[in-house]
Amino acid sequence: MPKITYRTQDNKTHIIDVQNGLTVMEGAIQNDIPGIDADCGGGMSCATCHVYVDEEWLDKLPVKEDGEEDMLDMAFEPKKNSRLSCQLIVSDTLDGLVVNIPSKQG
Amino acid sequence: MNKTDVLIIGAGPTGLFCAHQLGIIGLTCEIVDNLDKAGGQCIELYPDKPIYDIPAIPECTGEELTNNLLKQIKPFNINFHLNQRVEELKKVNDRWHVKTNGNKEFDVASIVIAGGVGSFEPRKFPVKECEKFEGNSLFYAVKDKTIFKDKTISIFGGGDSALDWAIELSNTSKVNLIHRRDGFSGMEASVQKVKELNDQGKINLYTKYQLDSISGQNKINSVKIKHDEGEVKDIKSDYVLGFFGLIMQLGPILDWGLNIDKKKVEVNTENFETNINGIFAIGDICSYPGKLKLILSGFHEGALAARGCFKYAKPDEKLRFEFTTTSKAAQERLGIKND
Repeated sequence: MPKITYRTQDNKTHIIDVQNGLTVMEGAIQNDIPGIDADCGGGMSCATCHVYVDEEWLDKLPVKEDGEEDMLDMAFEPKKNSRLSCQLIVSDTLDGLVVNIPSKQG
Repeated sequence: MNKTDVLIIGAGPTGLFCAHQLGIIGLTCEIVDNLDKAGGQCIELYPDKPIYDIPAIPECTGEELTNNLLKQIKPFNINFHLNQRVEELKKVNDRWHVKTNGNKEFDVASIVIAGGVGSFEPRKFPVKECEKFEGNSLFYAVKDKTIFKDKTISIFGGGDSALDWAIELSNTSKVNLIHRRDGFSGMEASVQKVKELNDQGKINLYTKYQLDSISGQNKINSVKIKHDEGEVKDIKSDYVLGFFGLIMQLGPILDWGLNIDKKKVEVNTENFETNINGIFAIGDICSYPGKLKLILSGFHEGALAARGCFKYAKPDEKLRFEFTTTSKAAQERLGIKND
C-alpha cells in the first residue's frame, strides 16, 4: 500500500498506509491526522483540505483540474506548492508523497 | 419573542425538508440562517453545479433543488429569519429560549440543528495585525460604499466580489487590486473590464502578490504586498477589502453542551436526538455510525427528527402515522382541496 507522509504544524510526521483509490484527504480524515477539515467532503468547493506538497513531488502529481486553482484562491496562505488534498488520488506512483498541513484551514 | 413548536437552525435542503415534515404532522416551526437566503451549501457553494443523486430527480442544480423545496413548504407559511446566527440557548421550564446575534428571541419546545458544517463566515487574511483594523479600515464585505469616496482602497481576491468592487469603486476612489496569481475565478467580462481599467490607469492591478503586512496607527496607512519571487512593495492605502469567499464555522453551538466529535454532533439514529433532550441534529452536522453526507440522508433524518419533536410540542397527544396520499389532515395542512 502506498505510504503518504503528513507533516503537521506541531512538527509531527505521520506516515500512513493509504489504499489506492482513496484521496490524500481521506487518508488524513480516516487516520485522524489533525489540520485537515474537508468541510465539503471532497467536492472541491471549500478549500479546507489545503496542503503544501513537498517541492520534489510538485511535478509528479496529476495536474490541477479546472476549479482547483480558483478554490486555492480562498485557502489560508496559499503558496506555489499548494494543492487540495481531496484532488490527489492515491496510487502506487504517489508512494512516498510528503504533504505539509498548514497552520489553519481558514 | 417568537413562540413556535420547533426552531430549525439552518435553511439548507435538510432544514427545509424537515420544516415540511413538521408541517405535515401539524407542528409549527420557524427557520434561522446566517446567510441572506435559503439554500445553505447548495446555494452558497454550488448553485449552478448539477446534483445527480436526489431520488426521482435525475439531475438538478443546487438552486433548482432549493427553489423546489421552498415551493414544497409554501403551504405552511414558514417564517424565515435570515442573516441571523443563533447565539444563546437557555432552558426555561420545559421549553427552550434561543437568542440570535440580531437579538431575535425564540420560545420553542424543541430545536432541530440542520446547520451543515456550521454557519458561513467570511474567510480572513492570514496576517495577524489585520484583526486590529477589522471593522474600522479593513472589511470583508461592503456595507456603506460612500466611506471610500476619494480614498485609496486595496482590494484582495480574484473572484467576482473582488472584481465587481474594484470596478465599481474605481469610479470614485483610487483602487489597487491585488491577487495571488494571473488567473481569476470571476466572470471573464469582469476580468477584461479590470484589465482595461488597469491599462487606462484607473485601477492598479498587482498579480502574483499577496498581503505581507499592514501598518497604521488607529487606521490603516499603508500595506506591504509580497510577490511570489519575494519582492515587497509598500503601497499607500486608506482601506483594505478582502474577498476570499466564505468558510463554515460551528460557532456558539459548540458551547451548548452537545456531544461533539470532529465538529459533528452525535445523535441516535432512532430520531436524531442529541445527548440533550429536545435538541435534534440532522444533515451534514450530525454523526452516527454509517453516516453518509448526502442530501437524501438529510431528508430521512429530518423526517424522523420531526416525529421526535412531536412529543415535546404536544406531550398529551399521540402521533398517528399517516400517508400524505390518504391523510385528510395532512392534505388540509397542505391546503389541498378535495371535492
